[in-house]
Amino acid sequence: MQRNLIENTGSNIGRYTSALLSTLYMGAGQIANGQWLKGIFLILFETFVLIPSVPLLLKNLKGLITLGETPMVDHSLFMMIYGILAAVAAIFLIVCYLVNIRDAYEHGLAIDKGGKRKGWKETLSDMIDAGFPYLILAPGILCIILFTFLPMAFNIMIAFTDYDLFHSPPRHILNWVGFRNFVEFLTTASWANTFKQVMLWTVVWAVLSTLTTYLLGMIIALILNNPRIKFRKVIRTILILPYAIPAFISILMWKGMLNTNFGIVNHLLTTTFNMQPIPWLENVFWTRFAVIMVNLWLGFPYSMMMITGILQGLPNDLYEAATVDGASGFQKFRYITFPLVMFSVAPLVIMSFAYNFNNFNVIFLLNDGLPAVFGLQGKAGGSDILISWVYKLTFQSLKFNYAAAMSLIIFLLIVGFSIYNYTRTRSFKEEEMLR
Amino acid sequence: MTISHRARQRISLGISYLIIFIMILYVLFPVVWTFVSSLNQGDSLYSSDMSFIPKDPTWRHYRRLFTETNFGLWYKNTLKVAVATSVTTVILVTFTAYAFSRLQFYGRKTGLIAMLVLQMFPGIMNMVAMYVLLNLFGLLDTHLGLIIVYAGGAIPYNTWLMKGYMDGISRSLEEAAIIDGASKWTIMWRIIFPLILPMVSVIAIFSFVSPFGDFLFARLVLTTPTNWTLSVGLHDFVSARFGQRYTQFAAGSLLAALPITVLYLSLQGLLIGGLTRGSVKG
Repeated sequence: MQRNLIENTGSNIGRYTSALLSTLYMGAGQIANGQWLKGIFLILFETFVLIPSVPLLLKNLKGLITLGETPMVDHSLFMMIYGILAAVAAIFLIVCYLVNIRDAYEHGLAIDKGGKRKGWKETLSDMIDAGFPYLILAPGILCIILFTFLPMAFNIMIAFTDYDLFHSPPRHILNWVGFRNFVEFLTTASWANTFKQVMLWTVVWAVLSTLTTYLLGMIIALILNNPRIKFRKVIRTILILPYAIPAFISILMWKGMLNTNFGIVNHLLTTTFNMQPIPWLENVFWTRFAVIMVNLWLGFPYSMMMITGILQGLPNDLYEAATVDGASGFQKFRYITFPLVMFSVAPLVIMSFAYNFNNFNVIFLLNDGLPAVFGLQGKAGGSDILISWVYKLTFQSLKFNYAAAMSLIIFLLIVGFSIYNYTRTRSFKEEEMLR
Repeated sequence: MTISHRARQRISLGISYLIIFIMILYVLFPVVWTFVSSLNQGDSLYSSDMSFIPKDPTWRHYRRLFTETNFGLWYKNTLKVAVATSVTTVILVTFTAYAFSRLQFYGRKTGLIAMLVLQMFPGIMNMVAMYVLLNLFGLLDTHLGLIIVYAGGAIPYNTWLMKGYMDGISRSLEEAAIIDGASKWTIMWRIIFPLILPMVSVIAIFSFVSPFGDFLFARLVLTTPTNWTLSVGLHDFVSARFGQRYTQFAAGSLLAALPITVLYLSLQGLLIGGLTRGSVKG
């Protein structure tokens, strides 16, 4: 029953005809090629899925551009998210259409060259074969699109609107404002000044918190690497404890302990060492000191474990050769251990810097970015870093547009920094070699 | 010369022990203090008697957690969310990483880089969009919504971790299996999966732990107190006015931290191995 129309006519323009037919209507070319089942399926797909969804897609894409017309009826935020979803769906459908055309063309080409028409069984097994990667990727990709890509696209868009306390849907319609947020943010004196101060502390914080954790981690790892120390396993297990307790809980423990009037830390300082109580959570300098100390407590076990791993992997023969040459213990450390550890640990330090740059938890949970500092905009406090300031801009000052603009700036900084780092690590080079 | 050498060694050993001693104090101090606070008679941070040996220790606060608050319920909720998040993440990540590590398809390289870049966007900024999205699907104030948020957000990073691990596994076994006529599905489940089990367990543990540590998203999604997870409930204790429920917080946080701490300490070798391999290789 299945007959190949083109073969019968004896023409050799089959592939172009099929491709053209499939361009006019999905599946037409496949039917012309004699693949009835596939063709019918594609025709049904276009008739019952693609065509009915076109008006819906267009409506939502239009909503993405206008962001609504009547307040209280159109909700700009929802329209924005629907619009992004519609754009993703549109791209997916367009890709489907293009694949359909290409499939008709390639099959036509095979027939033109005198190949055999593929039956539906063969087609199905081909499809499973070629589609396998996409099949197992689909759930993951869908999740990524919904929960990583979509929020990010949404945020980037908010950075270009006037969404704040005074323009919030559904009472108001949002407007696209171009780069106005960025310009205002970086040129209005008080905002620019706040940004500069917060940015400065963010960099200082990221550098200090990374350096202190890795320095302490390295010292402890080296000490525990000395075989003469007894009970090394037990000690290591005790010292890993801060890593094993959920950070959320330990930060809150520290918060209670650092309470200026009733905390145990000040109690010990005043009674045992006869010192004045330290305003841990009220003074800018001491709060900054406290977040670094607490972060050190939280973070050194991780770097200790990493460096222990590296130390245990160091080749023994280098040390044997050094002993034969009469090197002292310090010389061995200075010329063998240190350079080798630094070589392996450098990428980790850089990644950890990028992580600390956005280390929201310690700053936010310990003291909410406080104490308050006179003259700072957007409720920024003395220990606020960029990311915790973004949080305050969003949920306390309700300046969504500035918050989004700033998160875009943070994102670009981190991406630039990380791409530079990643291109230099081994994984990427291996990836290159596999190609 | 030999004497001074030996003396120097002894001094350096002494300094080492001193540093270890200080570090152990530093590490144990908050934990021990929180435990002591939880045994105090009073309720608030201010009434605690500030000594490391409580005068009149009591387990009352632990009992009251289960009789007078929703603590038991929060514990159950957290375990439920944690198990579901862990299973979902592992399944999604294994599939995705397998495709990126072993299969050739259009858009592979772009996809890898896109995932790398996507996971760098500050997660906190996703909160507004997540809220709208969950509202759209009617998942606000449900555990399913929270599980999806946790699992969905963890995919890009863990896929890189898992892909790095898979790349390190030799392909010769698979090639032999292909010659024997095994299907792609068989190769994935019968050959690759057993080999990546160490990394699977590392990712399973890390994603199991994340609901215990996250507070922001849990508070955003879950509004009814009976739906809360531990972190939201504990934060509620600690942010009570004037620290009036501090002892309750202390007792609750130790109970909440206990299973995770035991898990981590007993599996430290596995976790460290997974971390060093994953991060060094990307």
